[in-house]
Amino acid sequence: MKRTIPLLITALGGIVLIIASFIPFTLDWGEKASIWFDILAGVAFILGGGNLLKVHLRKVSDKQAGFGYSIVTLVAFIVMLYVGLVKWDVPPMEAHPNSSWSGEYRSVDSPFGWLYEYAFKPLTATMFALLAFYVASAAFRAFRAKNIEAILLLGTAFIILLGRTFAGVWMTDWIDPDGPISGLRIENMTVTIMSVFNTAGMRAIMIGIALGIVSTSLKVILGVDRSYLGSKE
Amino acid sequence: MPLRIDGVVAAMVAAAMTVSMSALGQAAVEAPTHLEADQVSDHTDTAVRLRWEFPPTPPGEVAAIDGFEISRAAGASGSFEKLVDVPPAARKFIDTTVDADSAYEYRIVSVGRDGSRSAAAQTTGPIDTALSGWVKFKRSTADYFMWDRFWLLVIHIVICGSIIYYILQARKGKALKIRKIAGLEAVEEAVGRATEMGRSIMFIPGIQDMNDIQTIAGITILARVAKTAAEYDAKIEVPTSRSLVMTAARETVQAAYLTAGRPDAYNEDRIYYVTDEQFGYVAYLTGFMVRTKPAACFYMGSFFAESLILAETGNSIGAIQVAGTAQPAQLPFFVASCDYTLIGEEFFAASAYLSGEPDQLGSLKGQDMGKVMVAAFLVIGCIIATFAKMDDGAYLMMNMLDYLTERLLV
Repeated sequence: MKRTIPLLITALGGIVLIIASFIPFTLDWGEKASIWFDILAGVAFILGGGNLLKVHLRKVSDKQAGFGYSIVTLVAFIVMLYVGLVKWDVPPMEAHPNSSWSGEYRSVDSPFGWLYEYAFKPLTATMFALLAFYVASAAFRAFRAKNIEAILLLGTAFIILLGRTFAGVWMTDWIDPDGPISGLRIENMTVTIMSVFNTAGMRAIMIGIALGIVSTSLKVILGVDRSYLGSKE
Repeated sequence: MPLRIDGVVAAMVAAAMTVSMSALGQAAVEAPTHLEADQVSDHTDTAVRLRWEFPPTPPGEVAAIDGFEISRAAGASGSFEKLVDVPPAARKFIDTTVDADSAYEYRIVSVGRDGSRSAAAQTTGPIDTALSGWVKFKRSTADYFMWDRFWLLVIHIVICGSIIYYILQARKGKALKIRKIAGLEAVEEAVGRATEMGRSIMFIPGIQDMNDIQTIAGITILARVAKTAAEYDAKIEVPTSRSLVMTAARETVQAAYLTAGRPDAYNEDRIYYVTDEQFGYVAYLTGFMVRTKPAACFYMGSFFAESLILAETGNSIGAIQVAGTAQPAQLPFFVASCDYTLIGEEFFAASAYLSGEPDQLGSLKGQDMGKVMVAAFLVIGCIIATFAKMDDGAYLMMNMLDYLTERLLV
């Protein structure tokens, strides 16, 4: 029973939504189902938030290694939750000046907005900026002429990188852009590699992905693959 | 006197133009050739398609055509009225302003850059726009079925049908040959390594929620990895980015431990929620990886910019890394940084591959038939497109190409 009802819901929901995508007046059912899911996921955050508190409170109480990070996590979580939920110091809407909860919680004039703009966003940007260094280290490790394929990869990467810089374009500037060998201008080679070879490879991968999605979805809908449901009891 | 001067000037200008035109080698405008028209009505439009060839130009000369003017007359005896001007590169025009169950004739005239006009090319007879029974049926049922998606439905039925067929074949006991996938063969190696080193396994099911098929695929792989971990008595940690994924992962891992006969070893605190925020999640993961140094890292699901941060951090701690995603933009990062990468379709095949169940292996075979169909379409489409370019007045290939690109593959 524990698995039968979810299987039935999955099968029914899947088949109905597939059919609905071919009927004009049911075309928006998929979008509605997606909105229902968003509502469910929002409510399910209570589970996640509760788990977060439990895990980190235990780390602090047991004084496990790194429990200082847990204290920071808990303080940040509670502060952000409080200022967001109570809309602390959020200016009310002009239409409802006497209702303190009528304002937009993302208002930059409020503590929540301030924390978002000056704490959260810089931290996110910092993590994102790490990518620049990681791309360099990954490229340094990957682009080595160990075999034929690696040499081809290195050569292609070299052309693409040069083609995106002014210096690279300047190097082949002497080639007549309308002449018979204009294809050897580095910017043209870059465009050819990206629009022909790269696009072909990406499309091939995407075809495989699309077929994989169809197969996996069908297995889930038909109940052939039930491992995501958990216990067989 | 001013008129004579003007006339003299005009004559001089005309002479100069003639000289310049002959110097440039420009020919007088000729009419388009091979004009054909046919009805292409469907459930949305009643339409007539015109096709023509560019007027012949003598070698060494440039056709000075500014465009084409298309005129239409209702019936065989109606007068022609201008319909539209089309640019010189056009070779086709679809007239959607016709009425059903009528007849029309068309003319097309080349218009030169100097305003000169060629003789008219005319359709050989009136084009009948009487709707066929099939079109009438489609129009009558347009409120109940989206005929634009008819071919999508056909392709859907064929692919799903082949998957179901091969699943049924596999259930009958037919042996199916599946090629080895290196990344999946390495799962046991990775888990064994973690057990030997006494370190944990980290499994990341992506950063999307349970409504993403990649997350579901990741969770089904988690079931297999968790079962192997339970058998090897290795510790598996699953930090998740979504609450529902945490719940599903807990159920999955618990079932896996139960299947492996190790329900006592299951600890739900090892599957926990971190944060929904992308970079907050990856900040936690990288910190966790640097502090606890897991021996094996599995990245199975939907990833975005954080993929390289995770993979490089895992590389720096010396973990064996197996990644799988259906995000084409992230695959190069995983390929560059991970030991094994499941590329696109392999990721979705992983669950079936690891389970070894005949039902699931049969679905892989069905997927392969879908690929065969796609390959056949590619070859046929390339042939048709090639011959369509070589078409010289016979529009069969061009019409087939149009049908492929405008109806079937839309």
